[in-house]
Amino acid sequence: MKQKKNYFYSEMEFNNSPSVDQVGIEERIARFNSRSIKKQSKIQGLKLALNMIDLTTLEGKDTEGKVKQMCYKAMHPADDIKGLPTVAAVCVYPTFVKVAKKALGNSGVKVASVATAFPSGNSTLEIKLSDTKLAVNDGADEVDMVISRGEFLEGNYNFVFDEIAAIKEACGKARLKVILETGELSTLDNVRKASDIAILAGADFIKTSTGKIQPAATMPVTLVMLQAINDYYHKTGKMVGMKPAGGISSAKGALQYLVMLHETLGNKWLSNEWFRFGASSLANDIILQLGKEQKGVYYSKDYISND
Amino acid sequence: MNKENTTNEFFTDWKYAAAPEGTEHIKLNKQYDLFINGKFVKPNSKKYYTTINPATEEKLAEVADANEKDVDLAVNAAKNAYDKVWKKMPAKERSKYIFRIARLMQERAREFTVIESMNGGKPIRESRDVDVPLAANHFFYYAGWADKLDYAFPNKKPQSLGVAGQIIPWNFPLLMAAWKIAPALATGNTVVLKPAETTPLTALKLAELIRDSGLPDGVVNIVTGFGKTGAAIVNHPKVNKVAFTGSTDVGKLIQKSIAGTNKKATLELGGKAANIIFDDAPIDQAVEGIVNGIFFNQGHVCCAGSRLFVQENVADIVISKLKQRLETLIVGNPLDKNTDIGAINSKEQLQKINEFIKIGIDEGAEMYQSSCSIPSKGFFCKPTLFLHTSQSHRIVQEEIFGPVLAIQTFRTIEEVIEKANNIPYGLSAGVWTDKGSKIFNLTSKLRAGVIWANTYNKFDPSSPFGGYKESGFGREGGLHGLMPYLSF
Repeated sequence: MKQKKNYFYSEMEFNNSPSVDQVGIEERIARFNSRSIKKQSKIQGLKLALNMIDLTTLEGKDTEGKVKQMCYKAMHPADDIKGLPTVAAVCVYPTFVKVAKKALGNSGVKVASVATAFPSGNSTLEIKLSDTKLAVNDGADEVDMVISRGEFLEGNYNFVFDEIAAIKEACGKARLKVILETGELSTLDNVRKASDIAILAGADFIKTSTGKIQPAATMPVTLVMLQAINDYYHKTGKMVGMKPAGGISSAKGALQYLVMLHETLGNKWLSNEWFRFGASSLANDIILQLGKEQKGVYYSKDYISND
Repeated sequence: MNKENTTNEFFTDWKYAAAPEGTEHIKLNKQYDLFINGKFVKPNSKKYYTTINPATEEKLAEVADANEKDVDLAVNAAKNAYDKVWKKMPAKERSKYIFRIARLMQERAREFTVIESMNGGKPIRESRDVDVPLAANHFFYYAGWADKLDYAFPNKKPQSLGVAGQIIPWNFPLLMAAWKIAPALATGNTVVLKPAETTPLTALKLAELIRDSGLPDGVVNIVTGFGKTGAAIVNHPKVNKVAFTGSTDVGKLIQKSIAGTNKKATLELGGKAANIIFDDAPIDQAVEGIVNGIFFNQGHVCCAGSRLFVQENVADIVISKLKQRLETLIVGNPLDKNTDIGAINSKEQLQKINEFIKIGIDEGAEMYQSSCSIPSKGFFCKPTLFLHTSQSHRIVQEEIFGPVLAIQTFRTIEEVIEKANNIPYGLSAGVWTDKGSKIFNLTSKLRAGVIWANTYNKFDPSSPFGGYKESGFGREGGLHGLMPYLSF
C-alpha cells in the first residue's frame, strides 16, 4: 500500500513552509504569558475555555458506564454553579460513539471519535478508512485522526497528504481533526510543515497530540500551528480550527492559550467552533476557579466530580 | 439553567480588564534636593522645577535645578572622595559596595519599577522585566570586575582617572545611571551624575539607595537640572572623564567644549538602525522582531530598528502581518500590566514626533496607524508605519525617537548593505535570515556597533554597546566598558 515518492504535485507547496525560529517563538510565548487577565475578562475567558473543552477518555479500560458518566458531566459540568456552559464535545474511541451519542441526546454537545489506528497510525489505509467509517456511521460529529508520522519523517509528504485527503472524504459531514503528534515531530519546522500539509489536505481542525506521547500540547507548538492557520486564512479566506490536546490542566494555562489565540488569530476564533482544548482534568480546575468567583472562597476538589 | 451548547454566548469582543500596578506603596517627596557628598542639600540656585507623569500630566515632585556653584560643590566632593578614600581603597572592598548597591536595587525593584513608569511613561512590563533587573545586573557584573582589573588588562597597569562627569538621557533613566555608575566605581573613579530633566526621580531614588548602602560620602553625587547643569559638569576643570548618552547635537557640543583638554570621553548618541528581513527569514518571528525593534519603549531607543528593509518577494506578507500585529498592541496607561506602548516621554518629544509624521506625509510616504484609541490626557502616539519611503526622505535619514517605522524594500544583498550604511549613524542593525552564512556576511559589512541576528534589542551587561560614525565612540558594557574609565 506504500506509495512511492511522487513529485508530481504539491511537494513544492509544502517546501514553501516558512522557517520557524524556536527562540523567537519562546519569546512571543513569554509575552503572552505576561498578560494579566483579571476580573470580568477572567470570568469570560474561563467560561469560554470550559465551553471549548473536548472532555476525553481514551483508555483501554474504558467502559460504557464511564463514557455515560462523562457525557453527563459534559452537559452538567457543575450544577451548583450558576451560568456554566456545557463543554464542546466528548472524545472517545469509535466503539463508544453510539453510547455517547445516545447519552448526549440533543444537548448540543458533540461526539468526537478518534480513528485511523489511533494513537500510532501504523496501519493500512483500508483499515484507517473503515475505522473512520465505523465512527461516522455510528454518529460521530467529529473525527480525530492521526497522521503517519513515520512517513512524514521519511519525507513522504505526499503520502501524508493523500492519506488525510482520503480520510477527509470518508468523514462526509463529520468535521475532521488532524492530529500531528507534535511530540514525535522533533522540530518546530516539522510542526509547521505538517500543519501546512494537513490544512492543504482539507483538515477542519489541526490538533497537537494524542495525549499518549510526551510532550503533548505546548504553547510553542500551538503557536506555530496557529500561525499556519493564520497564513492559510489570509491566503484563502478559509478558517481552520485548532485543538491543543494533552498537558493543559490548569485554568491559568487555559487563559494563556486563549490570550495566544486572541492575539494570533483574533476574536473570530474565540468559540468552540474554531478552538478546542483536548483535556480531561482542565474542566475541574476551571469549575474550581469559577466557583470561587461565585462563592468567594476556594473549596476542596472533593466537591467536584472527577468524571 | 441554560443547557444549550451555545457557541456564541461568550463570543463577544474579549478585552483584557484593566490591571494597573498599585502605587500606594510609592513614597515620593514633595521636593528633591541635590545629592552631594552623601547628603541631600538645598541648591545654591534656590530654584526647583516640576517633574510630571507624562501619562497623566500630573505633577509628581519638585526637583532642584543645579547651577554652576552646585556642580562645583559636587565635583569637589567627588574629587575629595577620590583622593582621600576611593582611590586608596583595596579593590575587593570597592567591589563589596557595588554588590551591595546591586542587592539593594533588587530588594527595592518594585518601587523602582513603578517610579520609572510613572516618571518616564514606559510600560510597567518593560520597567519590570527589562530596565530594573538589567540595571541591577550591571552593578552585579561590574562589581565582579573591580578586583580583577589586572587580569582584565594584563601587564598594562590599569589606573583610575579621577572624577567622572556623567550625563544620561530620559529613555532609560535608571538603566543608563547603572551603565554609567557601575563601571566608574568598579574602576576606582568617583562620579557626578546628571539625570535627564524630565526623568530625575529614579536617579534620586538611587541616590537614597546609595546613601543607605553606606558608600563613602562623595563617591557618587547626583545633581539634577537642565542643559546648563550638564555643561557645567562637562566644563569643570576637575572632571577627568566625560560620559554622555543623548542626542548627536549635544554630543558634538560636548566634543567641542572638551577639545584641547585631557578629558577622556565616551559618547553614545543617536541612531537610525536598519532592520533587514530576508525572504528566508522566519517571517512571524521577524515581524515580532520588527515590533520589538521599533515599538519597545515607544521607540525612545537610540538603537531602535527605525528603518525596515524587507526583501521584495516577502514584502507584502511581512507588511500585512505587521499591520495585523499592530492591532494587538495595547496603547495606554503605562502602569497597566497589559500595556505594550506607554506614554511619550514629554510634550516636546510628542511634538517632534508629530512633526516628523507630518513631514513623512508631505514627503509622499504612505502612512498606516493602528486603529487603537489613545487616552485624551497625557502624551501618546499611535504606532505608525510609513510605507514606500525613499532613502532621501527625512523620515528615513533623521532620528525620530518615537514609534514611527520607515519601510523600504530591497532586491539584492549588495543593495541592502549599501542602503543600510548610507546614513550618518551607525549604532545598531538587525538581520533576519535562516542562513548562518548570510548573517556573517552582513555583520562584517554593516557599519554598526551592535548587530542582532534573528532578534532585536537584546542587552546584557557582559556585551559591549556603542556606535560608529555620528552614533558616537567608546563602548559601554562588558570588558570594553571598563577601558574608558582607565588609563594604562
